[in-house]
Amino acid sequence: MVMEYNIDEKGYYGEFGGAYIPEMLYPNVEELRQNYLKVMADPSFKEEFDQLLKDYVGRPSPLYLAKRLSEKYNTKIYLKREDLNHTGAHKVNNTIGQILMAQRLGKKRIIAETGAGQHGVATATVCALMGMECIVYMGEIDIARQAPNVARMKMLGAKVVPALSGSRTLKDATNEAIRDWINNPVDTHYIIGSVVGPHPYPDMVARFQAVVSEEMQWQLQEKEGRSTPDYVVACVGGGSNAAGAFYHYLEDTNVKLIAVEAAGKGIHSGESAATSVLGKEGIIHGSKTLLMQTNDGQITEPYSISAGLDYPGVGPMHAHLYKTGRAEFISITDDEAMTAGLRLSKLEGIIPAIETSHSLAILDQKNFKPDDVVIINLSGRGDKDLQNYIDYFKL
Amino acid sequence: MKNLEMNRINKKLQGDKKLLSIYFSAGYPDIDDTVTIIQDLEKNGVDMIEIGLPFSDPLADGPTIQESSTQALKNGMTTNLLFNQLENIRETVEIPLIIMGYFNPMLQYGVEAFCKKCQDIGIDGLIIPDLPVDVYNEQYKTTFEKYGLTNVFLITPQTSVERIRFIDSISNGFIYMVSSASVTGSNSGFGKEQTQYFKRIADMNLKNPQIIGFGISNNETFTQATQYAKGAIIGSAFIKHLTTKGVGKISQFVRDIIN
Repeated sequence: MVMEYNIDEKGYYGEFGGAYIPEMLYPNVEELRQNYLKVMADPSFKEEFDQLLKDYVGRPSPLYLAKRLSEKYNTKIYLKREDLNHTGAHKVNNTIGQILMAQRLGKKRIIAETGAGQHGVATATVCALMGMECIVYMGEIDIARQAPNVARMKMLGAKVVPALSGSRTLKDATNEAIRDWINNPVDTHYIIGSVVGPHPYPDMVARFQAVVSEEMQWQLQEKEGRSTPDYVVACVGGGSNAAGAFYHYLEDTNVKLIAVEAAGKGIHSGESAATSVLGKEGIIHGSKTLLMQTNDGQITEPYSISAGLDYPGVGPMHAHLYKTGRAEFISITDDEAMTAGLRLSKLEGIIPAIETSHSLAILDQKNFKPDDVVIINLSGRGDKDLQNYIDYFKL
Repeated sequence: MKNLEMNRINKKLQGDKKLLSIYFSAGYPDIDDTVTIIQDLEKNGVDMIEIGLPFSDPLADGPTIQESSTQALKNGMTTNLLFNQLENIRETVEIPLIIMGYFNPMLQYGVEAFCKKCQDIGIDGLIIPDLPVDVYNEQYKTTFEKYGLTNVFLITPQTSVERIRFIDSISNGFIYMVSSASVTGSNSGFGKEQTQYFKRIADMNLKNPQIIGFGISNNETFTQATQYAKGAIIGSAFIKHLTTKGVGKISQFVRDIIN
């Protein structure tokens, strides 16, 4: 089969991707590039990865037919329950994979960036599990906004280092992590939390998250007698949960893919994170992709009520899916997302992460047919967002 | 290549002198300081200047250059404004001028338009840390050469011998030798490990001379570095000097280095 939508041998999705990195990072990234596929193909790696996903993370995550939600929208909606994973989101699929990768490359020290703290917690968790040193970079502003996750990381033994440069949020935490890697080129592995960064990161993270759609295939087969749904829906910040949910359906164009971005207070309000609409081609964190920037090429600060979606770029896979029209991109405002989150809570007894609420909000915009099978990737649970929901709805 | 033979960088590299190159962020401390700083550096005996085009996300830089870059952007620096400021620079300045910046602002300006503008103004070369060697070689080399621009590549203590040879083969000015595994602005002096690395590279007898950067901050580190290389580049230490002493005291800074 011709792979039109997956990565090519040079590390590009169409025109997007590559490794636009300073020479100081070249040996680190090159070591990873030369080894990651070999390591992942090794039976002992697969065995350990699968075992941990099963016994530690709690996989497979259920594919749940949401009856009341389906009735309301007069279509057949399944929820892929990544929220039930250990640590509460899909993020841990990737951190388990990468910590095993780091061990096999002989690394002793782990660094990571985090925005809302979900990836930081997932990284701190696997470092505790493996007894490895863990340093998490987090924007100073995010540290103040996400105190419970900072406390979690500390309790798990990680050192949380504030990023004090630039806008002091996720993109700056990523810059700091990259600088740390430049300063520690030999013993350190950088666990990037999304399908962003220089090649091979977008591909490696997508492969670790691909377990999500791999399970969807056999779970749907059991429930519906077919392995392919009509639609797969996932929210996109950097895009790791979407990459996982789309992965095994990328080349099957009978399956329609819907990527949901955060419109914040409105796409053109000046406070938005809808990269596909507002972004232009450029380079961020070592990858050629779509990103929000000034005419002069300075990277701008996005906004969303959801801390997991306010990244100024998207992974190169998603830039390619957008450009080719393989995926439909829909932007959802803060208000639409919050309403959808409350609705799912009341209809199905599931409080979703605000990131995930964006995916659920498209049900009000799309008219699915009664016999359509729609899978929504329920990427995370809402515990971390309770305060936001409380403040928003004055609960 | 014809254009490059006339290049000020290559001429400068031919002499016996050990070269002092200074980096600063354009538009810092004040938006209108760019030209004054360049003129003063030349007047005080600096051999080459790297004009930093500020970027919002300078991955390879430590806190000092990050802060000067952020401040320059706050001051209103843009690619167009920098080109405007430099419009008549060749009426007063003769030493080689290099623009150092990250790739995204150049990409947005248009790589060919950027190169053409550089040639019009009299810029001699570019240093773009996040433009990888292979991408340059495949996509941009012809354009850079068309406009007579020297592109300078970096090597580090971790760069393999094979890759150094490759970088040497496609370079046409000098090689920017990063002194240690670090971002800019660390200045703990050079230990045995670093001098061994300097010597190892010197012994490779590369076609292009090397200029050492990162961690050069005073006369001692400048002297150490130029024992093994053609020259040395100072960035963060100079910016700190601008921050604390202002633009009026450039002669003092340069004197302390060259002594």
